[in-house]
Amino acid sequence: MTHAAASIALLALGGAAVWIYPRSILAFLVFQCALLAIYVARVPWWLRAALLAFGLLVMMPVIGGRNGYYLEVATQVCIFAALALGLNIVVGLAGLLDLGYVAFFAVGAYTWAIVGSPHGNVIFGGGFPLPAWMFYVFLLVGLLVAAITGVLLGLPVLRLRGDYLAIVTLGFGEVIRVLANNLDKPINITNGPKGLTPISRPPLPYFVEYNQGFYFLVLLIVIVVILVNRRLEDSHIGRAWEAMREDELAAQAMGVPLVRSKLLAFACGASFAGVMGVVFSAKQIFINPESFTFLESIGVLAMVILGGMGSIPGAVVGATVVTVLNIQVLKGLSLWLNELKNAGTTILGYNLANLPTQLEPAKYERMVFGIILVVMMIVRPQGLFPARRRQRELAHLGEGTPPAAPPS
Amino acid sequence: MKHVTLRGGLVLALALAVALLPGASPIEAQGKGTIKIATQSPLSGGQAALGEGIKLGTQLAIDKFKGNLEKAGFKVELVPFDDQAKPDVGVANAKNIIADKDILAVIGHLNSGVAIPSSEVYKETNLTMISPANTNPTVTDRGYGNVNRVCGRDDVQGVVGSEFAAGTVKAKSVYIVHDKTTYGQGVAEFFRDDAKKKGLNVAGFEGTEEKSNFDPILTPIKAKNPSLIYFGGIYDQGAPFFKQASEKGIKAKFMGPDGMDSSDLTKIAGKAVVGMYYTSAAGPASALTGAKGFVDDYKKKFSKNPEPYAAEAYDATAIALKAIEAAAKGGKLPSREAVSAAVRQVKHKGITGEIEFDGKGDRKKALYFVLQVASDNPEKWGENKIVKQLTIAAPSAKK
Amino acid sequence: MDLQLLVTIFPQVLLDGILLGFMYALIALGYTMVYGVLEFINFAHSEIFIVGAFVGVEILLGLKSAGLLEAIPWLPVLLLVLVAGMAASGLLAVSIERIAYRPLRHAPRLIPLISAIGVSFFLQDAIRLFESIWRNAFNLVYPTLDVLNRRYDLTSTIDIPLKSVVVIAAALLMLWALWALVNRTKIGTAIRAVAEDQAAASLMGINVNRIISLTFLIGGAMGGAAGVLFGVQYSLVNPYTGFIPGLKAFTAAVLGGIGNIPGAMVGGLVLGLLEAFAASYLSLLTGGAFGAEYKDIFAFSVLILILIFRPKGLLGEVVRERA
Repeated sequence: MTHAAASIALLALGGAAVWIYPRSILAFLVFQCALLAIYVARVPWWLRAALLAFGLLVMMPVIGGRNGYYLEVATQVCIFAALALGLNIVVGLAGLLDLGYVAFFAVGAYTWAIVGSPHGNVIFGGGFPLPAWMFYVFLLVGLLVAAITGVLLGLPVLRLRGDYLAIVTLGFGEVIRVLANNLDKPINITNGPKGLTPISRPPLPYFVEYNQGFYFLVLLIVIVVILVNRRLEDSHIGRAWEAMREDELAAQAMGVPLVRSKLLAFACGASFAGVMGVVFSAKQIFINPESFTFLESIGVLAMVILGGMGSIPGAVVGATVVTVLNIQVLKGLSLWLNELKNAGTTILGYNLANLPTQLEPAKYERMVFGIILVVMMIVRPQGLFPARRRQRELAHLGEGTPPAAPPS
Repeated sequence: MKHVTLRGGLVLALALAVALLPGASPIEAQGKGTIKIATQSPLSGGQAALGEGIKLGTQLAIDKFKGNLEKAGFKVELVPFDDQAKPDVGVANAKNIIADKDILAVIGHLNSGVAIPSSEVYKETNLTMISPANTNPTVTDRGYGNVNRVCGRDDVQGVVGSEFAAGTVKAKSVYIVHDKTTYGQGVAEFFRDDAKKKGLNVAGFEGTEEKSNFDPILTPIKAKNPSLIYFGGIYDQGAPFFKQASEKGIKAKFMGPDGMDSSDLTKIAGKAVVGMYYTSAAGPASALTGAKGFVDDYKKKFSKNPEPYAAEAYDATAIALKAIEAAAKGGKLPSREAVSAAVRQVKHKGITGEIEFDGKGDRKKALYFVLQVASDNPEKWGENKIVKQLTIAAPSAKK
Repeated sequence: MDLQLLVTIFPQVLLDGILLGFMYALIALGYTMVYGVLEFINFAHSEIFIVGAFVGVEILLGLKSAGLLEAIPWLPVLLLVLVAGMAASGLLAVSIERIAYRPLRHAPRLIPLISAIGVSFFLQDAIRLFESIWRNAFNLVYPTLDVLNRRYDLTSTIDIPLKSVVVIAAALLMLWALWALVNRTKIGTAIRAVAEDQAAASLMGINVNRIISLTFLIGGAMGGAAGVLFGVQYSLVNPYTGFIPGLKAFTAAVLGGIGNIPGAMVGGLVLGLLEAFAASYLSLLTGGAFGAEYKDIFAFSVLILILIFRPKGLLGEVVRERA
């Protein structure tokens, strides 16, 4: 009971905090922590579901109305959560290390960007951009195209294992980016570094505020992705993936069709990225190859591993933590330090206004992020929300390491 | 090693957050209010040096020109944002910026790929963005009332370059290399197209993302022996390129766009670039008195020479402050719409020439210089000579 | 298509490719040694490499401002810089292993990878922080030693600068020394034993932790040497320069068969040659439709092809299959 009461109180506190301090990043952080606390609290499942639904479906849009920036954070969290869930299938479940995952995201993004912007005319003649409602059709097209790309990548690399696979996927990711950057000649397909714009956004008739509507759209997609993931994990094919991850030879001996399973893993993982690519290009209105660098792939991989490999809540939480750190917490920290500096605050007898420009806080966000990554890995190597099966394995592996508390 | 449980960590984080909550609300300023100018540029990562130039130029301009507003009772502050050269980060920052009612102008970005989606966000609240560096024609061709730029357009600068190569240098053949970015490829393509029109022999046109090793590109260039090499890109890539070209014994004349306009060009390439030409909207310190003061102030404050785009950011900020002053007549904090409208009315004699925006936010008339590097001593960058001066108006949008 | 031109530049392109290949090979050694022992991709190696380059440039700039650079002959200067760069990078690699990897030795194998990425982010901006306070600039240029730029004509159309000769000679020397160390000495035997089976090695009285530290020291030192040579050859270094060559070198290591020292050299050379030929020839061969910008696509496509036919890399048989 105390858990239930505490959960409700926390959510209320978070909501109130954001309402009173709409510009305070900490207030929003309290709200986010409250949602996480509800997820881990020992409460009946219906109460947890109800509170989470209330928080995400009612409170979040209201908060977003108060400060649109938080809505952007929530939307990006959803986009990266879907990416992390997709990569989780490939890396976490099937155990195929993919360092070029962002390629599929790019494929999805360019699929919609080309037909959803006037650039389509350059390739196919007249009739572009397609009407905005076609966006919903292209969510499926993006999914298919990315899945096919996934299979195409999968085919030649089926024989490779471990890090040989990793390097090929890395190469593949770079190939897709370089192609996007260079296919403005001999035929102009991607418009090269200049990118594509303006990309049509989907019509969202039932919502007053467009960004709130967009948030609901992305949230809906993430929920669908989570449901699909859950079904997959417990299905025949999910078990086959995990068997393959643990021991390919043994899995094959038990009758797991390796070729089909691997290709399916690539296709499934890629398809989620493809869908989100379509959404991303509509959200940004403009895309160019700069959004699809190797570092983005690494970022998504970090989310999956940080959350706990092979774990669905892990992927979501990992994506949330990394995104929130990068665009909210670290930014907030440097803004706050900047305010102290502008106000001429004195710390230990040193006036911050005299801080040399070399030490500008905004420059060292990435450095702090690096330290956080290392510390998190050392403190919690199994990830924030490890998959149950992994947890038990780890308990055997590490000498004297007690199993972590179960997430619920 | 003990495992920290999730729940324990969560409780700790929450307690910390709640404890800090009151302190984190924005510090209230005295007087009539605070006016903030935001910069968005990459402050970390590979393009940090250029992004920092934008931030420092803005900082210098705020310190120099905030006097009038402070006399009127406002506090003027700089809020630097790191967009990491990533579109998603830039958009998130943009949302954060428009949520802060005190921010009345944005100076940025470095990358067009970040500027275009971010400016869609600024447009939601009509927040003015004055770009020091985004030369991609799309930035202003969208015709937004809040988007302006101080820098030139790719299509103008490339043409200035080829006009000089054909008319003054009388080059017989040119070899064009670019850095595969919106900026570098943009100028290079316009240079190539105009050069062809003028009957120059374009011996080659190559793009490369390479930053260190230019040997494989230089080998065919050396064999083809062009009379001029044009590098569409920025000095941090151009300087090693020209240095290695000269070490390889290539005798061609060198030329580049305003991305080369940095004393670091000679710091890196040394003797190799003496005599090299570059086009720029910013005149050298020796020719423009305003520019001399800027370079001196910049050096005094940050103890280094200005990066490219620092001068543009400085002018952009001066315009923003002028517009805010004009919109704040009556002593009240102006609205963002008023500032955006006022920016289009400002006539500013800046260090990169006379600036006045047209209906799209491009400069009405841009004065271009072709300069020649005079010495291999970076300290003498300001002594580079103007060899030609061209005034070209921005073309009207094609659509 | 200008056939005459293609033939004329061929030897020069070959030379460019070999030079680049040795550079990759030296960096690849760091990846390969660590991988051979721990089966783990040390992502921070590109920063270990660039730290070597920075230590080198700091010493050279220090000598220059003291007026000693011109006074001392170039060979001792270069040796001093090389040794200093190797020492710094080697020690850095050992400390990284101690702090960020050793606590994770028993974690699943992707965990240290993320830790390594964290270290890489941290180091990039830490170098920048240091240099921007120390010199107020972080794009640093290697002072030119005029002797090293002297060019020797091999034929009327091909020449080679002294510095490239130095780079190739140094790379060959170090590759040989490393190979000898691993295959001909007691320490080398210990390293190979640990790579084979850590538990068994420790039962044989080998101090596994010490051997792993030693591996990082050697791999880091090779990276540091590569950093210095990279600076001498290409002159401009900044904290973010290391990333791309690091990635390429890792590719080279895999191409040759990761965990295998001669493999690193073969892989580096193949990758270097592929890149050089792609960058020089693609544009000429296709009449400008495809150009130097496709060199990475070309290199990666060949990589994929090679791995399809030899899934364990070019010299990969030596690596034992592990479940």
